[in-house]
Amino acid sequence: MRSKKEAWLSFLLVLPTILAIGIFVYGFILWTMRVSISQWTGLLPDYTFVGFENYIYLFSTARFQIDITNTLIFTAVFMTGAIGLGFFLAVLLDQGLKGEAFFRSLFLFPMAISYIVTGVVWRWLMNPAQGDRISGFNLLFHNLGLDFLINRWHTTPGWGIAFIAIPAIWQLSGYTMALYLAGLRAIPDQLREAARVDGATEWQIMRYVILPLLKPVTLSAVIIIGHMSLKVFDLIVAVAGKQLALDVPAINMWQTTFDGYYFGVGAAIGVLLLLSVALLIIPYIIYTQKGEANQ
Amino acid sequence: MPSKKLSWLILALVLVFSMVLAACGPAATEETTTEVTTGETTGEEAVVPADYTGTVEVFSWWTGGGEAAGLEAMIAVFNTAYPNIEFVNSAVAGGAGTNARAVLATRLQASDPPDSWQGHAGQELIGTYVAAGQIEPLNFLYEQNGWLDVMPATLIPLISLDGNIYSVPVNIHRANVMWYNPTVLSDAGIDPASLTTIDAFIAALQTLRDGGMESPLAMGEQWTAMHLMETVFLATLGPDAYNGLWDGTTDWAGAEVTAAIENYATILGYVNSDASALTWQDASQLVTNGDAAFNVMGDWAEGYFKELGLSPDNGTDFGWMPVPGTQGSFQFLSDSFVLAVGAPDRDAAIAWLTTCGSREGQDAFNPVKGSIPARSDGDVSLYDTYLQSAMADWAADTIVGSLTHGVVANDSWKTLINDALGVYLTDTTAVEAFQTSLVTACQSAGPCQ
Repeated sequence: MRSKKEAWLSFLLVLPTILAIGIFVYGFILWTMRVSISQWTGLLPDYTFVGFENYIYLFSTARFQIDITNTLIFTAVFMTGAIGLGFFLAVLLDQGLKGEAFFRSLFLFPMAISYIVTGVVWRWLMNPAQGDRISGFNLLFHNLGLDFLINRWHTTPGWGIAFIAIPAIWQLSGYTMALYLAGLRAIPDQLREAARVDGATEWQIMRYVILPLLKPVTLSAVIIIGHMSLKVFDLIVAVAGKQLALDVPAINMWQTTFDGYYFGVGAAIGVLLLLSVALLIIPYIIYTQKGEANQ
Repeated sequence: MPSKKLSWLILALVLVFSMVLAACGPAATEETTTEVTTGETTGEEAVVPADYTGTVEVFSWWTGGGEAAGLEAMIAVFNTAYPNIEFVNSAVAGGAGTNARAVLATRLQASDPPDSWQGHAGQELIGTYVAAGQIEPLNFLYEQNGWLDVMPATLIPLISLDGNIYSVPVNIHRANVMWYNPTVLSDAGIDPASLTTIDAFIAALQTLRDGGMESPLAMGEQWTAMHLMETVFLATLGPDAYNGLWDGTTDWAGAEVTAAIENYATILGYVNSDASALTWQDASQLVTNGDAAFNVMGDWAEGYFKELGLSPDNGTDFGWMPVPGTQGSFQFLSDSFVLAVGAPDRDAAIAWLTTCGSREGQDAFNPVKGSIPARSDGDVSLYDTYLQSAMADWAADTIVGSLTHGVVANDSWKTLINDALGVYLTDTTAVEAFQTSLVTACQSAGPCQ
């Protein structure tokens, strides 16, 4: 009897949250899906059903193709960079060096800054001007005599978006470092010792003992970094403004919807963004649920 | 297993609520729509008496700098003319009007319009609010106040749809201005007065490059590229064919447009390579610093130069001329005010619009904002050297509208052109593909069907 009462009480306590999430998250997702299959253009809603016309149109535009390419490049660079650098830093910190806590906080701090601030600062650092107006990193390289490093940063034709990933890596590698550090600390020393007794080199231990045990951490990092990179918007706008060479789906969605009043097409971009993130996250949820069930 | 049951219950509830919401949303908005259209009351209106008592709520994004000060000056004129009308200033800050327009759209959908609001004169405003039945035609105001006689005749069609005028322009900015550095030009032996055609301009750019200036033309981020594009189109096509682009009488697929794009491509070849990383201010400043010779930018750049402590009077800080090939044309943009359908206090709104279009109102606003009045009878002595030259041109030139600043194309069309331009800027040799997408843009959102 008591447990039933408690169940109802706890249900009542979470009810407001459920309602809010139900309306403001799931309700609006459904509504966005409805808009995405309508022909709504202009200020006034028009829910005339047009099937998948908006989606077909999107994939036919040159802009959305640029979006896809840019997202893929950005995700690849950002993910490799943030996870690689994070792992490297974690391994270094795990060597038990002095002042570890200090370095841990130091690497983690960039995460506390908003993308807009990061973007503005890196806009100055990655100033592509050359000649008399040279500044930022290019000026630093020039003064250090490293002129071959001077480059056009995010204005590089075709690959500009890869440079936008640099500030993102700077900001998020501390976070992946923390993830990996926690993972490394959770690996019992006995396992390493046992491997050493069996005659494994440090490299072999890393490759065949540590890395496989860190797989769940890597998976979490891939999910977290991956969904952030699919949704990136503010960082690009802060570094480079809205320009097509560095366009991604989120910026396209904003301009299409609020500058051009193509609400139907904008909603379709929103749904595609959600689907791409869901593709990443749902298998992960299933995987972790299975893991919990097995325990 | 109560927890399992519970989670199913929760899931079911969430779904039910979302469906309820999804079902409610559209219905609620449809209701609003009908209300808006039935609430329309147009008709001739007597002049509002000076002692009329009421309240007028005016919505704008003029919250800072010369714009806010100009608005205050115009409100003072309004208060003198209509002492019993309370003025409610509902300005929303941020994002060059982006935030304000979002707030306005929400209020309009909720059938809670302000009496009058700010918008770029022309198709941006017409395409958005007339299409939705949210603003009234103002022909009666123009007739009663004799504005048709004091505003340029070539202006009126650009701010009208089907013979109905929809807004009262308060200020005028010129888009086809080229700013130059007099010292750089005289050092290179170039006489600015000789730059009257696109070809002469391109030759001058080449002379400067040969003299060691790699990028003589300064440009900034993508919208400034569109700004440059519209002036080159005007220069290549001439005012009549340029106007024809926007009403469907000039063929976007034609040879003239190809020539315009090719000119644009050539000129882009002289632009700084870091353009996409610069704001318009950065780009304009390259000229006054002597890093570039020319910059094509609207005449708000003059206000920026003055902020930098430069003077339009000494002839050495900076110079200006119409973009080569556009002499005799005044490519304009304008902030204007509208009359809401279903305005809470329609008479007070009409009183406000009367002040907006009056000589006193415009001469109060514009010297402070750094723009010229839409009326051609403004008091010249109130304005600085540059603005005086612009006023003379405004009264004499053929008026054409700006694309970048919302006069000639509605927002939907402009967005498509902007997309096409953005793709083109990644590869400026793709002239044909650019022209094809401009044709497509006109077919899907413009007058070419």
